[in-house]
Amino acid sequence: MSKILIIAEHDGASINPSTAKCVACASGLPDAEVDVAIFSNEGSTLAAAAASMSSVRKVLKVDQPVNEHLLAAILAPQVAAMAGDYSHIFGPSTTFGKDLMPRVAALLGVNQVSDIMSIEGSHRFKRPVYAGNAVLTVEAPSDQPVVATIRTASYQAVGNEGSAQVEEFSLDASIPDHTRFVELSAGKSDRPDLQTASTVVSGGRALGGAENFDIIYKLADALGAAVGASRAAVDAGYVPNEMQVGQTGKIIAPDLYIAIGISGAIQHLTGIKDAGTIVAINKDAEAPIFEIADIGLVGDLFTIVPELAEALQK
Amino acid sequence: MEKILVGLKRVVDFNVRVRVKSDGSGVETDGVKMSINPFDEIALEEALRIRERGEASEVIAVSIGSSEAQQQLRTGLAMGADRAILVTTDSAIDQLTVARVFLALVNREKPDLVLLGKQAIDNDNNQTGQMLAALWERPQATFASTVELSGSTAKVTREVDAGLETIEIDLPGVVTTDLRLNEPRYVKLPDIMKAKKKPLDQVSLEELGVQPAQGLREISWEAPPQRSKGVVVNDVAELVAALKEKGLV
Repeated sequence: MSKILIIAEHDGASINPSTAKCVACASGLPDAEVDVAIFSNEGSTLAAAAASMSSVRKVLKVDQPVNEHLLAAILAPQVAAMAGDYSHIFGPSTTFGKDLMPRVAALLGVNQVSDIMSIEGSHRFKRPVYAGNAVLTVEAPSDQPVVATIRTASYQAVGNEGSAQVEEFSLDASIPDHTRFVELSAGKSDRPDLQTASTVVSGGRALGGAENFDIIYKLADALGAAVGASRAAVDAGYVPNEMQVGQTGKIIAPDLYIAIGISGAIQHLTGIKDAGTIVAINKDAEAPIFEIADIGLVGDLFTIVPELAEALQK
Repeated sequence: MEKILVGLKRVVDFNVRVRVKSDGSGVETDGVKMSINPFDEIALEEALRIRERGEASEVIAVSIGSSEAQQQLRTGLAMGADRAILVTTDSAIDQLTVARVFLALVNREKPDLVLLGKQAIDNDNNQTGQMLAALWERPQATFASTVELSGSTAKVTREVDAGLETIEIDLPGVVTTDLRLNEPRYVKLPDIMKAKKKPLDQVSLEELGVQPAQGLREISWEAPPQRSKGVVVNDVAELVAALKEKGLV
């Protein structure tokens, strides 16, 4: 039997969709029994949301003031104290999970399996390496707990038909005071979330400036889409870092991805290859993005994009 | 602060198009250009800038692997590291063991700061810094885009999914670098000559007294599924029609 503990990611107000994707992944283990842990300051709403996720057996809630901000150094000893007889401990392969889970693994004296994209057995997993240019099958030792991060783009979130019980979990862990939260500066946006949107419109360096991104936003609004960007556009300062799509940014799997003025460096393609349909608009017919695009349109983006936005608005 | 320890991993150069061997035993590395892991290069650059600002006195570059990794350490010395340590091992070692090696070096060198790349571009594990911080029982600030030191603390801005998160950590601690922390300098020829005279010590895993952990077993390698090339449309009207046909708009 597999007994899995999933560490929920949240912002204090709501649970990040990455958590329901981890549940989906965990449910694929043989005879899976899936519990979700919520570490928070006041987590009743969060716990209720986790309890409604399909396939979840139990929600373990640890409320204490130090958990107001999810800092790895503060969470890791608590997760390790909860590890008990779980055979698997999973977190999402987001910056939250990537920060936390290796620290948990080291406390438990095991190696971590990073970015699980497919479950091949209770201890056998597939994961991408070399920026997605190779897929490696690994096997974790069967006599140790498996600590892993889950590549969320590989999984569809479970539904909300569950009714798990919520348990207050009391644990004994010594919490360090050497790490302190200062601030989070997050871009405010009314648009859909980049990581979960069904349609994403991304702009690249060919936009040529921050102000030119307006046409990308207008097209996104016509489609009800989230907005992303290539690393080149972020490095050039056109848009903030959290909009970066690619191996070193966000790895996404929308139903429709529209790449505008993006040449298609490998590291960008790695971030979008699970998308349903990829559309590329670029003036360079030789750009690598056309090699993987389902629909390509060669031409001047400054003419095409406003025209497309208008056509879609009708 | 006195010392900064920096990790430099030898990896397939980021410009190389990696191919899986036909027998599924790994990727093609014969005759392939090897370099310092780009994130590690950023870590070294940051350490050098801290030293050049007078906020640290010594930068020590560390690599783990076969004697060939001396090349990357020499490059690191040419960039400006003061000395280098190669921890020798002929077999590939797992991340937890790597973290144990760094812990052994930390206990020996007593650095105030360990700067590492957030991940290596070969196995993309993104684990070593976090694991070292756990074993050392010290803070970690991963995915750094700015590092400000003041006395015995560091303020680090981190690139997180939601935006930019700033945390304050007590030193000593571990910082792992993201892409936008800095742009590493180019190595100049005279510096390469000078680097040949800088100390590069070698020590084996056994001499450091490191117990290897149980690693993950590599079962097989395969090429990723490829997306095939689609259609090219001629204008916006055709594009809209194609999207409508797929039910996407």
